[in-house]
Amino acid sequence: MSTTVIAEIPGHELPSESRVNYLNVDHSVKSWLLTHDHKRIALLYLISITLMFFVGGFFAVLMRLNLIEPTGLVAPETYNKLFSMHGIIMVFFFLVPSIPATLGNFLVPMMIGARDLAFPRINLLSWYIYIIGAAFTMYAVISGGVDTGWTFYTPYSSTFSHSQVIPAAVGVFITGFSSILTGLNFVVTIHKMRAPGLTWFRLPLFIWSMYATSVIFILGTPVIAITLFLLGLERLLHIGIFDPAIGGDPILFQHMFWFYSHPAVYIMILPGMGVMSELITAFSRKRIFGYTFVAFSSLAIAVISFLVWGHHMFVTGQSVYAGLIFSVLSFLVAIPSAIKVFNWTATLYKGSISYEAPMLYALGFIGLFTMGGLTGLFLASLATDVHLNGTYFIVAHFHYIMVGGAVMAYLGGLHFWWPKITGRLYPDGWARFAALVIFVGFNLTFFPQFVLGYLGMPRRYAVYPAEFQVLNVMSSAGASILGVGYVIPLIYFIWSFKYGPIAGPNPWGAKGLEWTTPSPPPTENFEEIPIVTEQAYNYAGTSESAHG
Amino acid sequence: MADMAVHHAQPKEFQHQFEDMEQQRDAGTFGMWVFLVTEIMFFGGLFGAYIVYRSLYLPSFEIGSRLLKVNFGATNTVILIASSLTMALSIYAAHINRKNLQVVFLALTMLLGGIFLFLKFAFEWTADYHEHLIPGFGFIVRPEWGAAGYHVPMFFCFYFFMTGLHALHMIIGFGILAVLLVMAWRGRFHSEYYAPLESTGLYWHFVDIVWIFLFPLLYLIGGRYVIGGGH
Amino acid sequence: MSDYVVPLKTYVAVFVALLFLTALTTGVAFIDLGSELNTIAALTIAVIKALLVILFFMHVKYSPGLTKMVIVGGFFFLALLIAFTLADELTRTWSPQVHGWSMLIPMLHSRF
Repeated sequence: MSTTVIAEIPGHELPSESRVNYLNVDHSVKSWLLTHDHKRIALLYLISITLMFFVGGFFAVLMRLNLIEPTGLVAPETYNKLFSMHGIIMVFFFLVPSIPATLGNFLVPMMIGARDLAFPRINLLSWYIYIIGAAFTMYAVISGGVDTGWTFYTPYSSTFSHSQVIPAAVGVFITGFSSILTGLNFVVTIHKMRAPGLTWFRLPLFIWSMYATSVIFILGTPVIAITLFLLGLERLLHIGIFDPAIGGDPILFQHMFWFYSHPAVYIMILPGMGVMSELITAFSRKRIFGYTFVAFSSLAIAVISFLVWGHHMFVTGQSVYAGLIFSVLSFLVAIPSAIKVFNWTATLYKGSISYEAPMLYALGFIGLFTMGGLTGLFLASLATDVHLNGTYFIVAHFHYIMVGGAVMAYLGGLHFWWPKITGRLYPDGWARFAALVIFVGFNLTFFPQFVLGYLGMPRRYAVYPAEFQVLNVMSSAGASILGVGYVIPLIYFIWSFKYGPIAGPNPWGAKGLEWTTPSPPPTENFEEIPIVTEQAYNYAGTSESAHG
Repeated sequence: MADMAVHHAQPKEFQHQFEDMEQQRDAGTFGMWVFLVTEIMFFGGLFGAYIVYRSLYLPSFEIGSRLLKVNFGATNTVILIASSLTMALSIYAAHINRKNLQVVFLALTMLLGGIFLFLKFAFEWTADYHEHLIPGFGFIVRPEWGAAGYHVPMFFCFYFFMTGLHALHMIIGFGILAVLLVMAWRGRFHSEYYAPLESTGLYWHFVDIVWIFLFPLLYLIGGRYVIGGGH
Repeated sequence: MSDYVVPLKTYVAVFVALLFLTALTTGVAFIDLGSELNTIAALTIAVIKALLVILFFMHVKYSPGLTKMVIVGGFFFLALLIAFTLADELTRTWSPQVHGWSMLIPMLHSRF
């Protein structure tokens, strides 16, 4: 991207310690906890979200340990709490905020040539709200846990459960506002603060994804907020609108819950898709194939995602006619995702591909997300879903997308932008090794679960028939490998802060406004606001140079 | 942080991430509208649930609706609309640089909002409590309601949740208005800078609009006919 | 937001209109037009009142198109939530009609 900043001459950069950047401008704790800088807030989120990831992962470890034996190791009541806590923490405190609050916060202003988001103080507030929500939920965990599943279905959650439903629901309710404020900030920033010359169709596709994700944050999150609010009230007052004693309909709860929670899964994957577009182009050194298609498919996913929630309710007693409509629409929502996969693959074709760690994660994403997405079609089809619902097939399906897709995209993005964020390089050999360990561990964990589900093993059960043990043990073994794979980057990322080689402004030779700044960037991002005259991903020597 | 890109002096309310005051104003108003969309979805979830149950239990909902105090409801509607007028006029006063008028209109808005809340809590809700119409607080199903009585508590759950959530928003608005009153008194708002007034105005009008829908949906469509065929 | 200053008399006119519509909707509630028509009348008047507040008190009439799109978008998605939920709640008791090949099964069953 052309810019009015004089680029640093390679090989003659000042070492990052001697130049003032957003990290070293002030070392006091107060300057971090009261910062307005979107980059520092991104790091605050990174630390909190990583912590929550390992807490949620801890519950997964306990679950997989329990499932080594068909008779289980813990009591069923305890197992109910394990999968509930795993789900609540991973969904609301890791997956939903992960890319938007870390990479999004850091990159959105930089990619559009702005000095910060539109509302920096609201950005800081959103982090504090996240922390307060996490505190409530951690209180629920340590004071006995929740056993309703992350789905909080009534009337069990409203009337019969004796677990810490209210603190958990309050925690999720509060953290929802963190998402809402982040989405609000992104939408206003992207609309109003793009650099001169940066038209919508010159934006990086990561920005399009962040925009689409933010639309879902804004429209969907308030509905789960009111739903959990009503649930909490009902538990407190022992009467409420979901109470069957006065005519309450438990399925209404599910409608309101899934109206958010289905679009929420697109909140969890759209940012990863945005990262994918950045990684694939950078490591094929090629323009994205079909920029407009990819951009519009992000919006299409955001809109259509609100029309399909009933596919979670096919077997609840929902009207068959409503089920038919939701089934058809669920097939429709697969199309824009498929378009993206085709476009990324076409971008790779005749590209100048290199296999650094970020690219390994990106390639893994394409394969695993495709598998997860295709298995979603079995679930969108009403007739097959009747058999597969409530089994491990569903568990495998969403883990392929969320872990094989979203988490790998998150890791790929972290690796890609790590030099920009920290000014340091991580050891690429270890990074590639970890990526492979994660890929192998992931498939060993979750592929057996497709088979288990097809064979009929129910989900959310502490025990299972003995004939399923081999596959379960394979899955648990895979989980241990996967765990190791996640710990390796934790170690070398922390190591790199102090001992990693100094990174230049653009170690990957990638296109994008963020790569025109020093690594790490100064607090105000750009000395002068750039003026943009080129399309995105303007890599030289491509057959796409005539059109974007 | 000094903004190196700006080469001319900006007013003291200028925030450095923006290019100029116009972009700042624009972003601020747009941001408030995006927030109001989240409020539409928040209240909307409740309204949606109300619509569902009303279509399932129409007779019960009509019984419940007729038991509401429509005089207070109508009076409160008028009070809230008047408070929207005074809120809009406080912004008008900032446009014409009349500090005292800003303060007067903001104070009037608060006063009207306070009267709304007072009438609701001290008269309506207190009477409902004594008539045993608050679910969870001694609700009594009356025999004259017949078979439909089973679902009348559902109506009252919605009545108290919806008007309660609305009242909570009014109380929050009241607090924000108090802060604005102090700022206006100190002369912070004038024709070049009144963004907080504008944003708060949008919020207050939204709360008014919620009530504009709550009033008929709760109080007026229960068949409280005086003229026309029997019910 | 615009720099357009809405004239005082517009505010007062809108206020008077809102008062009139409030009186109207309250009055109509006491007249029996049938449950559906009373509901439609009440909601129509409410929508008109809301539009007056949105367009004039909230200055949307003088605001950029983006603002209008955002508001329409918000109500549109709310409408989706309500419509699709009602599509389930109101058709729950409808029974699918048996047609075609599936008719054969009870027929064969009764024969053999």
